[in-house]
Amino acid sequence: MNEHADSPESSSEWLTETQNHPRFYQMLILTLAFTSGFIIMSIELLGGRILAPYFGSSIYVWGSIITIFMMSLAIGYLTGGRLSTNQPNLQRYGFFYAGAAVTLLPTIIFGEQIMDFVFLRIEDPRYGSLVASTFLFFVPTSILGMIAPYSVRLLVANAYESGRIAGSLYFVSTIGSALGTLATSFYLVLWFEVNQILYTMVAVLITCALAAIMFHGAIRDSEKKDIR
Amino acid sequence: MRTFLLALLCSGLLLPLAYGKDIHKEKSLYRNILVEESNGLRCLVFTVKRGDRNQTCMDLSDPKKLVFPYVQMSLGGLLLNDNPSNILIVGLGGGSIPVTLTELFPDAEITVVEIDPAVLRVAERFFDFKETQKMKVELVDARVFAKRAGLKGKTYDFIILDAFTGDYIPEHLMTAEFLSETQALLSDDGVLVANTFSTSKLYDHESVTYQQVFGDYLNFKMANTGNRVIIASQKPLPSQFYLRSKAKKFAAILDNYGVDILTYPDRMSREKDWDASSKPLTDQFNPANLLQGGS
Repeated sequence: MNEHADSPESSSEWLTETQNHPRFYQMLILTLAFTSGFIIMSIELLGGRILAPYFGSSIYVWGSIITIFMMSLAIGYLTGGRLSTNQPNLQRYGFFYAGAAVTLLPTIIFGEQIMDFVFLRIEDPRYGSLVASTFLFFVPTSILGMIAPYSVRLLVANAYESGRIAGSLYFVSTIGSALGTLATSFYLVLWFEVNQILYTMVAVLITCALAAIMFHGAIRDSEKKDIR
Repeated sequence: MRTFLLALLCSGLLLPLAYGKDIHKEKSLYRNILVEESNGLRCLVFTVKRGDRNQTCMDLSDPKKLVFPYVQMSLGGLLLNDNPSNILIVGLGGGSIPVTLTELFPDAEITVVEIDPAVLRVAERFFDFKETQKMKVELVDARVFAKRAGLKGKTYDFIILDAFTGDYIPEHLMTAEFLSETQALLSDDGVLVANTFSTSKLYDHESVTYQQVFGDYLNFKMANTGNRVIIASQKPLPSQFYLRSKAKKFAAILDNYGVDILTYPDRMSREKDWDASSKPLTDQFNPANLLQGGS
């Protein structure tokens, strides 16, 4: 759909750009979506490492991890979609990243205590690993899951391009997931400790949050200028 | 020259036999299991595409005989504790170690930890393995077993770590944390025997990790095998003289199993032939599977 700069609706330059979304805005959201995809799978892979000392590394441990990741992503998608109907903006989007970062911290800091707790109460390692992965990963992964539908809302300006935009968002975030899986299993575990990788993830998520929130501020300022 | 030609001829004749016949194939949850027979040996193989590795072989004409050097070497730990009463074995394989120890120490309580139910079935069906009143198999991940046993305050005076997949030892059974959990299961006079490989980049990391947890240990290698058996003890390591005197005690009985224990003490080195600056493996840092490939 073509936007006409001289069309009567485009009274303010900024409004036209939101309809169309400036290139930088699009790139920012695509980059952030890529990063969340990367981090989700990186955490999932490290999950196997985190649980192994308590529950072993059998297929059921992976079953637990994948189940919990799928469940929390499902709930994240649902919640993120709902939240996107209420005044969607980049600042709120940034809060998802901040929320994921903050809720990942207890996993790193209290992970062992949490697993000790579960290990002492549940004898069967299948349910032990299921419950432990719920405690460790459910909240941060749900929040990371909210990002995907919210990104769609932030980029889609009309129904015509909604599918294309959703497609490119899935594309970048899934490529991110693929690279997150590869990088973590091939290289990151060779170079770093599990917690070093997780703390880096927290730092990256915080950076994403700040980028989104600052850009939101910049947009608002220019909006104000335009109104004046 | 003539003997060389003869040897060549013999190996030529034996070559077709070396490709044994498969008598049982099974896909378990953890691996592909193959039982094959060749040259009077029945072997349990955990198949991996590149380079299959025999786990245990049984000499069909002399089932008692321990075929593999590493199995024989595991018994070297007896020189440090000659009368174990509570034994833990991690990794069942064809069951030759638990069966031998049951015969040697009929009064000892033996616990075998094996993750794969299929391995137990195969051991029972093809390798004459049988649980007894005193010797039980627990089907559980060794890491989970060690943690639970530690909570229950169980101790063992002889522990053999021999958990192998087709590739190598599972990663979470190589870390300093696991070794500490295992050490906590050793009684005051307990001895730990770990079967590892002396090839690959992992050697340095593994050696450093064991050193960190157990302090000095006996580094036991034999010619013609890539196996390295670590023998660690809760008590200070005994003298060579002590080891030799114990070897004499066991010489006659272990001869029945094809174990030439008299040669062992001289092969148990106290020298640290690894790169001490290597990083120990921990639950946090553990690229074991990645390192194992390179050499």
